[in-house]
Amino acid sequence: MSADPDRTAEAQAAVRCTGLRYDFGDTRAVDDLDLTVRTGETFGLLGPNGAGKTTAIRAITTLLPVPSGMIQVFGTDVAKDRMSVRRLLGYVPQQLSADAGLTGRENVSLFARVYDVPRREREARVDEALAAVALSGDAHRLAGTFSGGMVRRLELAQALVSAPRLLILDEPTIGLDPIARTSVWDRITEIKNATGMTVLVTTHYMDEAEQYCDRVALMHKGRIRALGTPDELKAELPGEYAAPSLEDVFRYHAGSGLQGADNESDGEDFRDVRRTRNTANRVR
Amino acid sequence: MSAVPATPRTASAETAVGATASTSGGPVLSLLLTAPRPRTGWRVVPARVGAMCIVELQKLRHDRTELYTRAIQPALWLLIYGETFTRLHAIPTGGIPYLDFLAPGIIAQSAMFIAIFYGIMIIWERDAGVLTKLLVTPTPRAALVTGKAFAAGVKATIQAVVVVVIAALLGVGLTWNPLKLIAVALVVILGGAFFSCLSMTIAGIVLTRDRLMGIGQAITMPLFFSSSALYPVSVMPGWLQAISKCNPLSYQVDALRGLLLGVPSHLLTDFTVLVVAALLGILAASSLLGRLAK
Repeated sequence: MSADPDRTAEAQAAVRCTGLRYDFGDTRAVDDLDLTVRTGETFGLLGPNGAGKTTAIRAITTLLPVPSGMIQVFGTDVAKDRMSVRRLLGYVPQQLSADAGLTGRENVSLFARVYDVPRREREARVDEALAAVALSGDAHRLAGTFSGGMVRRLELAQALVSAPRLLILDEPTIGLDPIARTSVWDRITEIKNATGMTVLVTTHYMDEAEQYCDRVALMHKGRIRALGTPDELKAELPGEYAAPSLEDVFRYHAGSGLQGADNESDGEDFRDVRRTRNTANRVR
Repeated sequence: MSAVPATPRTASAETAVGATASTSGGPVLSLLLTAPRPRTGWRVVPARVGAMCIVELQKLRHDRTELYTRAIQPALWLLIYGETFTRLHAIPTGGIPYLDFLAPGIIAQSAMFIAIFYGIMIIWERDAGVLTKLLVTPTPRAALVTGKAFAAGVKATIQAVVVVVIAALLGVGLTWNPLKLIAVALVVILGGAFFSCLSMTIAGIVLTRDRLMGIGQAITMPLFFSSSALYPVSVMPGWLQAISKCNPLSYQVDALRGLLLGVPSHLLTDFTVLVVAALLGILAASSLLGRLAK
């Protein structure tokens, strides 16, 4: 993990995280994390289950306190001015979460209201957000009748309605079928191109990281083990890999911890997906 | 909407900086480029309360099942218990028919039952991830809890309207003075706010739905029986009178009786107790809400 010498005069960072540490009981989830997300980029945070990705994200979104270290979002200190930071963020959590008892439109309107969108603008803004995720036609239906991919797109609309400068997505495509995955990513890409917002995403899917992220960081045991563009990371691998993929990079950096505890890791993976599916069922 | 080509990007991280809606094929996001102007100061809480109440009303509009099923119990209380005890003349009511005496008590009870299980909804929202997302919005925790508390109050009020209609059909002589009815709604909202905060506070302590169900079941009946809903405080044994004095439901019932039946009551004390109880409830629930966010 090194500072990029060729970008010394970089613009204000979207996220600057220094020395972040977070413990759950005796377990150190995040261990002295330094991380900079540049304005306008799509930044992928990769790593095995339990690497500390979600904990780091939850600290950035103000959900968890910052016990030691510092996090700034566009220069605003997360620990000191939560409300200002929240106004800069759009957050889509790992779980598929929409209020099943409300229609798609009502779900988005609620977020327009809590972000203080004035009444005269609300309808048009909600329309625009729904159109951006291709849900205009289904917005009158109860969210409980939506498929997993539709719920995820609805969540994007909820996050979008307040015009955030930083969109934070925690495993946005977990539990979705390949078509829904592509559709979610297409919407994210379109929205990003249209608004110029910064995107911070965690994912398990190396193909997604390779295809959609400008830079990725590989996190393992609470620390960042590798950082760069997908191409840079592949080029940095030792010679034994003929045509390395990002998956090889993942294995190379996180492998030591995974080989020993392969089964345990698989088990967690399964639990994660199952929890998400349960939610999808409940929402349905 | 045609897809933007999703080609793998290379070194430059600046490709999208400053890009605007002009990108071909993408959505037009003219409004979504500027963040709304934040409300500040005292305006935040009423705005969030409004948002939460609207959500509650929208949900009730989509699914009224709960409204109907929850009308059954109060109807039975009034119809069977009320009619029977009216004939027995066993309870001193100060000259009014027992059914009339009972009606405000049952209104308060059914409103309390709704509110006392509101914490379960908070836990459900936590489990479903909905609460997490609300906690990341610019809504201070106290404002979120206040919003939820008043939403519970609105729900309780709608339930109270159903019970008032049932009582009127059974021939209870209630007031139709609109000012008094507005005051009745206010009393029910304040009671709903307090009992939902009690429920959310317990939710913040026990953290699971099953435990909260058990505790909810365990406390509703003691709250009901130690209040003046079924019988006047004067006929209670001394120790129960002392408990009744600490029970906000008693004050709620007293206020409802005074407003709906015109019997002597202590409206100023009742309102003061209910407002203070609701404020304390909001304080307790919002300080424990963080435990649900983890």
